[in-house]
Formats: sequence, structure tokens, C-alpha cells
Amino acid sequence: MARADRVSDWISIASDGTIEVRSGKVELGTGVQTALAQIVADELRVEVKQIRMIMGDTGRTPDEGYTAGSKTIQFGGFGLRLAAAEARRALIAIAAERLGTTQDHLVADNGSVSVDGNTSRAVTYADLAAGKLLDRRIDVGGEITAHADSRAVGRSVSRVDLPAKFVGDAMFVHDLRLPGMLHGRVVRPPAPGARLISLESSSVEGATVVQIGNFVAVVAEREEQAVRAARNVKPQWTPGEPFPRMDLLYGTLESISSHEQTLRAPTSGAPAEQASTSSETVLESVYLQPYQAHASTGPSCSVADFRDGRLTVYSSTQGVFPLRTALADLLKLPEERVRVIHREGAGCYGQNGADDVAADAALLSREVGAPVRLQWSRKDEFAWEPYGPAMIVKMQGRVDAVGRVSFWQHEVWTPSHSYRPRAAVDLLAAQIIDAAAAPARTMFGGGDRNAPTDYRFPNETVVMHWLDYSPLRVSSLRSLGAYANAFANECFMDELAISAGQDPLNFRLDHLDDPRSQDVVREAAERAGWGSPLPPGQGLGIAFSRYENNAAYVATVARVAVDSSTGKLRVLRLTCAHDCGRIINPDGLTNQIEGNLIQGTSRALLEEVTWDPEAIASVDWKSYPILTFSQVPELDILLIDRPTEKSVGAGEPATITVAAAIANAVFAVTGIRLRRVPFTPERVSEALRLHG
Amino acid sequence: MNGNRANMRVNGVLHSVGADSDTPLLYVLRNEIGLNGPRFGCGLGQCGSCMVLIDGKATHSCNLPVSRAFGHAITTLEGLSTEGTLHPVQQAFIEEQAAQCGYCSNGMIVRTVSLLSENQSPTDEEIRIALENNLCRCGSHIRILRAVKRAALLSARKER
Repeated sequence: MARADRVSDWISIASDGTIEVRSGKVELGTGVQTALAQIVADELRVEVKQIRMIMGDTGRTPDEGYTAGSKTIQFGGFGLRLAAAEARRALIAIAAERLGTTQDHLVADNGSVSVDGNTSRAVTYADLAAGKLLDRRIDVGGEITAHADSRAVGRSVSRVDLPAKFVGDAMFVHDLRLPGMLHGRVVRPPAPGARLISLESSSVEGATVVQIGNFVAVVAEREEQAVRAARNVKPQWTPGEPFPRMDLLYGTLESISSHEQTLRAPTSGAPAEQASTSSETVLESVYLQPYQAHASTGPSCSVADFRDGRLTVYSSTQGVFPLRTALADLLKLPEERVRVIHREGAGCYGQNGADDVAADAALLSREVGAPVRLQWSRKDEFAWEPYGPAMIVKMQGRVDAVGRVSFWQHEVWTPSHSYRPRAAVDLLAAQIIDAAAAPARTMFGGGDRNAPTDYRFPNETVVMHWLDYSPLRVSSLRSLGAYANAFANECFMDELAISAGQDPLNFRLDHLDDPRSQDVVREAAERAGWGSPLPPGQGLGIAFSRYENNAAYVATVARVAVDSSTGKLRVLRLTCAHDCGRIINPDGLTNQIEGNLIQGTSRALLEEVTWDPEAIASVDWKSYPILTFSQVPELDILLIDRPTEKSVGAGEPATITVAAAIANAVFAVTGIRLRRVPFTPERVSEALRLHG
Repeated sequence: MNGNRANMRVNGVLHSVGADSDTPLLYVLRNEIGLNGPRFGCGLGQCGSCMVLIDGKATHSCNLPVSRAFGHAITTLEGLSTEGTLHPVQQAFIEEQAAQCGYCSNGMIVRTVSLLSENQSPTDEEIRIALENNLCRCGSHIRILRAVKRAALLSARKER
């Protein structure tokens, strides 16, 4: 709110009564365009369909940073709520003068302000708001609509964007067509760090070849010409930087220079050292997380138009303002000459190729002096998108004689997950031009998410080992470090419970003080039939987390079937209890939770980036399979609505509970511990074989 | 470009197309005819985002040379609705809110139309098998399954 502190920064009313809302947040396919409109609709007492959301445009909307971190409803939504409430007050103030009465007699409803609800003494919002009358400072302490008076918030309003997507309207950045637009394709080296030795010719079959340093691309009038040219240009490259051996990845990661950070240390009582030398056994387990891909169904695409010294870029980036800064730096332009306009892409789940393809397109547009639509191929996306980082988590813990955790240590090795571009050097194009790696991080973040637990432990130690770099290029992938940290914490919680002869459900409840934590755990367990007998070969496992230790509460119970003779693991059902405070749109929320659970399952069972010494090997859907219809479990989702609690996000929280719930269920059936994601059939079979 | 033009019937309209005969149908539909329904997902026939109906059967357009489509009836997502009325499958997808980002929706809807034309009341198992090669990364599978079932009901009602 600090910079954009006037109503007119956010809201204006058109002459036909349409409420135009400018938001710095963007629609990524999560439904926030609709949810934010509901929030505004309630404050302005209009129908959702009267609202037109303008989202993510450096030329028109406020700067709200990134649409990420499950923060849009909590912060973007709250900001709009304040702005819309202030707009309503402004309209009432104007109406008081216009209608010659005092404000306490005025009612704002359904697009008009009337005297005591009398429609014959009323003025429309459009009439009242003509011109600058809404140029009024937002009172951040101003009254906002009570939950009891909500009409849109709390209802499952249909997604405003879906009908158009189901009939083939131009909705995605991929659908943009500008006059004179040309088609571009990048021609990538085999691996990062490769240098260009030679290019065959400056023109390949009706396409223009662009070369900037080690960056090579083609541009053509027709898309198929660009695709063919990209295949035929065949540059000669030096080999890139060798990848570390995939089978030695974790040893390599542990040996990378790092700095240590202690997030939690025991505050009183026995220090960690003494606890570990006590006579009772300390349990130790190591959990491994691979590199994983965003794997968007639509490979990244951008349209860039460089003309008269100005650059306009259409991008599905999560952050139009930071991207503008990076592009301005790349093209050596003042920021005011760069405009980034958000257009939807396929689901991105973090930083996929969207920012990088925008840079590629901008460079080409400048080179050829025409608008360029640049589409990454499937292989470009899989091989060059920044991945979710590989991580190592080492757990140590002990349960005392009365069955309580007396010592808990979580130690994690991770690169930073925060690599979103802010300057040219962060963009893949610049890195390829110079055959250089991403610059050293000065800000380390993301890898510590949910490393601390929400349990009451008298003696909890959390230590980070932040790796100076990652051998594979990385950035934020849904839930960042929380996926691996929660996997480790919740598997280890089970391991301690079992070692103490306790039921994993009761063990968790014994260590939780927050009633909202207890509620999700109990509800999920009860709904899933915890404790009831199951058919042979089936078992239940539970996992609980509070996202970032301060946001949504989630508990998930997985029901799995394991065929011990074949190692075949099937996830039959996921039961999830979810508390994210006041619910804006129940169906939209359910949709997000479903996505979290299914994608979380896919990551747990199937997904890891693979490579040969010279190149990434997981380059298509066969080599990087994701969950398909035959593998998707049943879902049973319990929404807990708390209208008096602040709304927090749901874009990520549920996903972090899935891997541990599944692993704990596998233990319940087989007695084997799966501590390495993904739980491939080979790993399950091997674990069964070793177990006995 | 080989300079030859050929005629292609898309959504009931005859178009004169000038692309080389080996150009993927997807690019012709999107770039020459200006359609948005079929989408680029992989170019390898692996994900289903590009599906169109050719003579009523769901087919990948990303790796099909356009010349193979000449003389056949091509229907894209846009062509499913008639005179402003949504196809029952489109209607069902809206009613079930069967998408998150919507990028895979073209393939899902087209494949469903094709399925229902062969099997008017598929079981859950049959639907899963039919859609097995349509990938959804967001995880909208449960909603899509419900939408297919609902579409079957809507189609049956429509026929009475």
C-alpha cells in the first residue's frame, strides 16, 4: 500500500458502471482473478460480473511484486479490500453532497447510492465517480464489510475466465497476434557453459539467424519455417560445463562450499550435545529430494515488440515489475521505456521458463526490428527451465520414557531457491550469451521453508547449510524447500512414534498445542477411517504441516495399496483437511487443494530430472512422466472455514503433506521406509527386497 | 513454400491453405486460419493439448502433416458450439469448473467429444483409459472425470 495509496491507483468506474480494478497480482490459473473480484464486489456492493480485472501491467497496475508464495489472497486481496472500501466511502461522500443529505442516510448497493434505499433518490456509481473524484487516500484502518454482510465472498462463484478457455477464445500469451509479427525459435547448446564455435550460414531456408555471443536463435515469417530452421542451423559448440555424476549427486551437494545458519536452537534445558549423549537411542534418518521440473503443459512463450527505442513485452511471468527491471538491464534501456504486460500462460507453479523466454523474445525483436513471438519447444522447456532444487535433510531425534520427543534435530543442505531475475545476469539469455553461470547469490531463501516444525518440542534444533551454488540451474518450485522439509519432518515424526510404540496420530496430537492444528489432524484422520481395519495390502499414513509455520493448516491421510511381490505402489485415496482462515471461494479453494494433492503425488511417485554427463536427459513426457488419469487417487477434501480468521493462501500448503503421508502409509503396509523422492517402482522393490 | 494452395474444411468452412504439405496441421490451424483451440504442448503427440477432431475422431494436430488432413472434416474446439450454443461437453466442463489453468482443456474436451460419440455412457474406468494420454499438470483430473460423466448425461438429455 505504501506507494499506491490512493483509490484511483486501484479502482475506477467507467461510464457504463463497470468497476475497473487494477491489480499487481496476476491470474496463473489458480482462480485469483475471480476471488479478488469477489472481495471487491463485497466492498462495493456490486455483482462480480460488473467488475473488470486488469492484472499485471507495468504501465497500468500497481507494483505488487510476484504472484507467488500463496500470498495473493492474504496481501493482494486485503489491499484491494481496503481500496474498495475506501471507494465506497468516497462514493457515499460525493452522494451526500449531490443528494443534499447526510452520510448516515445513504446506502451504497448494486451500483448506486440511494437515500435510505429509496431508488427514486439515487445516483449511480458511474455518475458519482466521473473524473478524479476517487482520488482519495486509502484509510488502512477504515471499516471493511463484515463477514455477515458478505454476498460474494464465501460463495463458489464460477471462474470468470474458464468459459472463454473452453470455447477457444484468445486467452493465453500463446494466442497473441500482433501486426507484422514474426516467429522465433531458440537454438540451444547441448548444456550450459558451451561456447559457439561456428554457425553454418547467416540464413537458413527463409529464416534469419540471430547470433549474440553464444546465443543463437532463428526468426521467420511462418512458424514452421522457424521450427525447421532451428533444426537445420546446426551450430558447432564446445561441450558445456560437465554435469556432476547423477549417481553421486548427493555426495557432490554435501561437498559444495556452504555457510551455516541456525534457525532454531534449544532455548533452555539440556543443550543438543548433551541430549545426543544420553543413554537412550538417538534415531537418525536421511531424506533425499531430487531436482524436479515445473513441467508446464504449455512450453513458455512470449511476444516482444521493440520499436522506437521502447520495448513492450507480453509475458506469463509471475512478476511484471521485476521482469521489467531485468529486461531493461539486459537491453540497456531506462525502465520507463520498458513495459511488461501479463498474459496468461499454462500453469507455472513457480519460475518456469516464462521470464527467460521474454528475454529471448526481446533480444530477437530488437535484432530484427519487428514484433517476435518466441515459443520454447518441449525440450527447451524441460532442459532449460530452472528446477526445484535437490536437497538433503538429516534428521535426528529421541523419544523419552513417557513417549514425548525429547530431542529433535533437522539439518538441511540446499542451494537458495530464490533465483528470480532482477538483473540481466539472472536471465538465461545473458548466461548463454556469455556462457556463464548464474552469479553467486547474496540472498539465500526458500530452502528453509517448513524446516522448523509446529510441534511443541522442548529441544528443537534446525540448522541450514546453504550451498553457494547448485550444479543445475534452479529457482522457486511450488512450496520451495517445504516439499522436502515437510517430507523429512513428517516421515521422521512417524519413525519416532513407531520407535516409541505409539500410534502416529496420537503421537502428533500429543505434541500439538494449537487447536487449529489439532482440528485438521483429527478431522482428516477420522474422515479417512483411521484405526479401522483395511483390506490386506492396504494402509494409511498421515502428515501434518502448517505452511511456513504461520499460514494454512493442512493434514493429509494417504491410503495406499502395495503389492509386496511386485513392488507396485498405488495411491488409492488422499483425505485432506484444510484450514486457511476465511474462505473466499469454496469451490475455487477445493480446486487448488485438488491440484496440490495430485501434483504432490506426481512429484512423490514419479518425478526427477535426469541427466547424462553432457546434457539433461529428461526432455519430454516419456523421460519425465507425470501422473496420468489411471494413477490419480480419489480425493476427499474437508474445508474448514473460519470467517473470523484472516484469509491465507492455498496455492502451495497441501502439496507439502503428500509425500510423507504416502511414505508413512507404505510403512504401515510393508514395514519399509521410503526416504528418497520419487518412490519409483525400482526403489520400492529394492526396499522390499532389503527388508526381507 | 511450394506455392501450391489446397482446400481444407475446418469447422464447416472451406479454407484455402498455402502451407507446405509437411507443415504440422497445428500451425496451419492457428497461424493461417487464426484459431486458438488447438494448442502447442509438445509437438510430439505425447500430451494431447493439440487435439482436433478429424472426421469426428480425436487426433493430434502437432505432428500431422497438413496434407493428410485435406479432404477430411476438421473440427476444432471453436467448432463444437453451434450458433452460440455450447456443446454439451463444453457446458459440462463449465458446470464442473473442470480446469485450473485451462491449457489442457482443449485436448480434454475434444477427446471427450470423440469418446462420447463412440460410447455414450462410459464407466469411470473407460473414461480414465480414454484420457490416459491427455496430460494435465495442474491436477484437474477429478473434475474432468466428473465433467465427462455430466457431459454424457447432458448429451443423452439433448438427444431425447
